[in-house]
Amino acid sequence: MDLTYTPDEEDFRARLREWLGTALPTLPPKPSPDDWPARRAYDLGWQRRLHDAGYADVHWDASPTTRLIFLEETEKAGAPYVGANFVGLLHAGPTIAAEGTDGQRARWLPPILRGEEVWCQGFSEPEAGSDLAALRTRAWRDGDHYVVTGSKIWTSHAEVADWCELLVRTDPSAPKHRGITWLALPMDTPGITVRPLRTLAGSAEFAEVFLDEVRVPLANRVGDENDGWRVTMVTLSFERGTAFAGEVVACRRVLTELALQARENGRWDDPALRRRLGRLNAEFRALWRLTQWNVSAAEASGGVPGAGGSVFKLRYSHARQELYDAAADVLGPDRLDLDRPWTLDRLSSLSYTIAAGTSQIQHSIVAERILGLPKGR
Amino acid sequence: MRFRLTDDQRALRDGVRQLLARRFDAEALRAAVRDPVRLDRALWRALGDAGFFALRLPEADGGVGLGLPEAVLVFEEAGRALLPGPLAATHLAAGAVPGAAEGETVVTAVDGGLAEWLTEADVVRGDTAGAVPLRSLDPLTPLHRVPGAAAAPDPVAVLLTAAEQLGTAVRVCELAAQHARAREQFGRPIGAFQAVAHLCAGMLVRAETARVAVYAAAVTADPADIAAARLLADEAAVHGARDCLQVHGGMGFTWESEVHLHLKRAWVRTQRAGGITESEELLAADLVAGTP
Repeated sequence: MDLTYTPDEEDFRARLREWLGTALPTLPPKPSPDDWPARRAYDLGWQRRLHDAGYADVHWDASPTTRLIFLEETEKAGAPYVGANFVGLLHAGPTIAAEGTDGQRARWLPPILRGEEVWCQGFSEPEAGSDLAALRTRAWRDGDHYVVTGSKIWTSHAEVADWCELLVRTDPSAPKHRGITWLALPMDTPGITVRPLRTLAGSAEFAEVFLDEVRVPLANRVGDENDGWRVTMVTLSFERGTAFAGEVVACRRVLTELALQARENGRWDDPALRRRLGRLNAEFRALWRLTQWNVSAAEASGGVPGAGGSVFKLRYSHARQELYDAAADVLGPDRLDLDRPWTLDRLSSLSYTIAAGTSQIQHSIVAERILGLPKGR
Repeated sequence: MRFRLTDDQRALRDGVRQLLARRFDAEALRAAVRDPVRLDRALWRALGDAGFFALRLPEADGGVGLGLPEAVLVFEEAGRALLPGPLAATHLAAGAVPGAAEGETVVTAVDGGLAEWLTEADVVRGDTAGAVPLRSLDPLTPLHRVPGAAAAPDPVAVLLTAAEQLGTAVRVCELAAQHARAREQFGRPIGAFQAVAHLCAGMLVRAETARVAVYAAAVTADPADIAAARLLADEAAVHGARDCLQVHGGMGFTWESEVHLHLKRAWVRTQRAGGITESEELLAADLVAGTP
């Protein structure tokens, strides 16, 4: 067991830190969360900077440990998140890299890395929810095109996306995990309607996407027809333990800010609150160690993910909600003030036990895949 | 950064697990519960021979020359097996008290207002004046109440206690999952019911979170990491043992079942110094350390 990094890894960290020190002071001001075009420009601008400095493909080609260092250092320095580039960089890109043809790789990967094109994710559907494979959006062949009709939901960045990684049902008679196909859909194709969806935090974070006889070239299919579920599973595991690494670093910083704020406003004198913050310190220390543990396991197994991701996600999503509940208690009456950033963070943390597989789904995964309990209902 | 067990560490853990399975199996556990006040000296010497107590002593002093990471792996196994005796106190006395390293001398210590195995111990560290025996909740841990102010706990003792709690947390999760796979109700294994499955999954999540906290604290030996390990391991052991009892249903409430022994031992360990309040306060202070 070792928590020190190799000289090469430390060298990477030092060079990155130095570069961040020069790059971040010249960053333009952060756009308002609701101004999607401005957010797109901001996030892609940052991706271009990373590309020019040689860090564009760190999510694709670097070892999990190097990637962990990247996430740790960029978060510590307060660098922007991948933001609008999230799906392209962390999901569609790796899918195309692993399953696409040479031509598809040459067409789609460089613009993602250079920060030129934004992707969104057309997976979730209103009728499917946690049962992703129950999707109903239909596609049938018409000459050298698929014709797609159906609807998607919870699609982040849809309003400003150039492409959508789209799962469609190409064989309705097959078992539900078969008969699904992965398509790259240009978002300017006729027949697409994007309707923003307002969340309880007040922001238009997501959109609904309606597809009415949308024509997608057969050449845009990644992987074989009816093999889209396997193609998708290849990438759902791509992040190999680092999915929330940057966020854990951020939560640890917030926790320290909370403690200092509590000391300033007198709440620190309440032993119950103080001890709660102490317990959260234990929690986020452990979550960081769990990240390092999962990354080390991924590295040892050549990148094959375990169910460790579910353990992490369950614990993290809950801890994040506890953190912002504690923040509310530190704030006192200001907890109801939407202009306090912790108030908005508290609202958005409510999604963490739902998004990317609810806590109930994750518990079932742990029970079945790690503990070997029989499949339940 | 390679935060996982090395081959040597894996071999050590497996070796200790085999030794304990041989020397302290289910029958030995039953026998110990029936005749609880005697400590098995032959077992203690066998632990000494295996290097359990001399693990961290330098080889030049007749020790094994290993570190805290190896020690927590060994203590995790002790926790798993419900091994009785003042293990941490004797381990910490190796090199300072003659015979402790070899398992010839049983050493206990005053800790958190209590002393475990006081009458069986050959050497006691700390002031036991006025010690009064309790009717111990844990049939495998005789206890004395000891008056006087508690000394600041040795961080290594806190960490080794956390490692034992981790062993309990892992073991009760295994027991619960085994039972949930085997026990049938309403015509199906109870583990197929989500209410039961999710209880078991929660146990595993807490145990694995405690595991990384304990292992990391063993690598860094940082006081805040140790306090975090202690908090999370206490939670995983106590909450896990209670959930294990629940999964076992009515049988879990009987003396025959092994589950109550795990819960009672976990409760005993939470009472040792460096407990919940102290750990939480230490971790709170850590958040504002270095700022005026």
